[in-house]
Amino acid sequence: MALIWEGLRRAVGLLVGLDREVLGITWLSLQVAGASTALALLLGIPLGSAIALTRFPGRGLVISLVNTGMGLPPVVVGLFVSILLWRSGPLGSLELLYTPTAIVIAQLVIAAPIVTGLTLAAVQQIPARFRLQMLALGASRGQLLWLLLREARLPMLAAVMAGFGGVISEIGASMMVGGNIRGQTRVLTTATVMETAKGSFDVAIALSLILLALTFLVNYLLTAIQQRRRPA
Amino acid sequence: MPRWTRARALGLAAALVAALAWSAGPAPATAQTPSRVVILSTTTSTQDSGLLDVLVPMFEKQTGYSVKTIAVGTGQALALAARGEADVSLCHAPALEKKYVAEGKILNRRLVMYNDFVLVGPAEDPARVRGLASAVEALERIAETQSRFVSRGDRSGTHLLELELWKQAGIAPRGTWYLESGQGMGQTLGIADERRAYTITDRATYLAFRKRVALPIMVERDRPLLNIYSVMEVNPANGPRVNRAGGKAFAEFMLAPETQAVIKAFGVDRYGQPLFVPIAGATSGAQVGG
Repeated sequence: MALIWEGLRRAVGLLVGLDREVLGITWLSLQVAGASTALALLLGIPLGSAIALTRFPGRGLVISLVNTGMGLPPVVVGLFVSILLWRSGPLGSLELLYTPTAIVIAQLVIAAPIVTGLTLAAVQQIPARFRLQMLALGASRGQLLWLLLREARLPMLAAVMAGFGGVISEIGASMMVGGNIRGQTRVLTTATVMETAKGSFDVAIALSLILLALTFLVNYLLTAIQQRRRPA
Repeated sequence: MPRWTRARALGLAAALVAALAWSAGPAPATAQTPSRVVILSTTTSTQDSGLLDVLVPMFEKQTGYSVKTIAVGTGQALALAARGEADVSLCHAPALEKKYVAEGKILNRRLVMYNDFVLVGPAEDPARVRGLASAVEALERIAETQSRFVSRGDRSGTHLLELELWKQAGIAPRGTWYLESGQGMGQTLGIADERRAYTITDRATYLAFRKRVALPIMVERDRPLLNIYSVMEVNPANGPRVNRAGGKAFAEFMLAPETQAVIKAFGVDRYGQPLFVPIAGATSGAQVGG
């Protein structure tokens, strides 16, 4: 227990003292997870809505694949993205391995199925009558889609939170494709593992607490938006 | 629906996209100037000891290269080098390194420094090995008495050295007393401490964990326990885009007198004793005093 208090004191010290390295690591974690979540939304919302609103052969299989993707193990993603980005791999000429961009790519692969799957579920739960009603009122296809997404906004904010929560907390992919390079690709989770391995448990606890606080803050903001927009 | 809520949602989206632009921004610079980036594959012990945090910035300042340090197990560090995924390697597994040199995968292997391994174990010492001069003899006794032993089991330099010692003892360790952690040195020390087991650790990690684990040193300063680090350049034939000049520059840097002086002094302020002994110029482990 004393160790946890020590870690808490250390966390406060690092933040209040504006420790440059810790602030850099925290900021990078936020940037990378934010970017991959944003890209996952750009990809997952249209894809999830499309699957929810159309009927095509093999749809059940596609939905099963998306649902499986929601539980992709980050280390598996990390391994395959590493092999793709290796110098000897198909995308080697881009020289992206061990850069923040590589982490964003891997995290996008992790978050996109989560956002797609939850969007799919959110749009699908809107009664079909609502669609018919809107079409009867003369809504165009684009207007209908917009209305459906607005109708599904509460569960979709949950999709944002699940996607962000999934990537900010993952370690396997960040470690493998980022390499935990000091000042370049070291994020909160990889730094925590490294400090633990070094035996600097107080710093590791401090980093964990910063990660928890950050995740809480982001979720608090999203929840505030979600709950404020709830119709009376 | 009030309009400001939509504005707020758009603001959030804009913030996320801005974050994306920011994080993606600095990365492509490396793509345009690949020759200025050196990828160093090395073992976790060099990073965990903090030595690279001192040496890498020195090298970057002297040469203008930017170093990407990939700290992994020795097996992986050398495998990455052999695939041309790194430009230079700093490792501590002489037998495995020599195999790669013989295959022509790595070039110009040169000794940089050494520290040593120690055999640690529970104070009650069930195998009666404390104070033995020979690590091999100690392992024999541990196996005979079936005393618990934790192996790294991860093809790290430490694990390879342990296997070499078992080989010299003529023992294939197997049984419920022989645990394989598959984890780093720090975690493995923690497991040994909890399970009241023996283990082999490098001295630097042991010093860092000394306060947390109740495992006194049982055997030390035996010649086979020397932990010799070498720097090796990657053969450009291993793969596309190997930065040969950058790898060579880093190897030369590790052997330069100023760098060797920094290595010699490293750790004294924190542990009261140096963690590494520089040995640039030596050609084999036999020349190393100890």
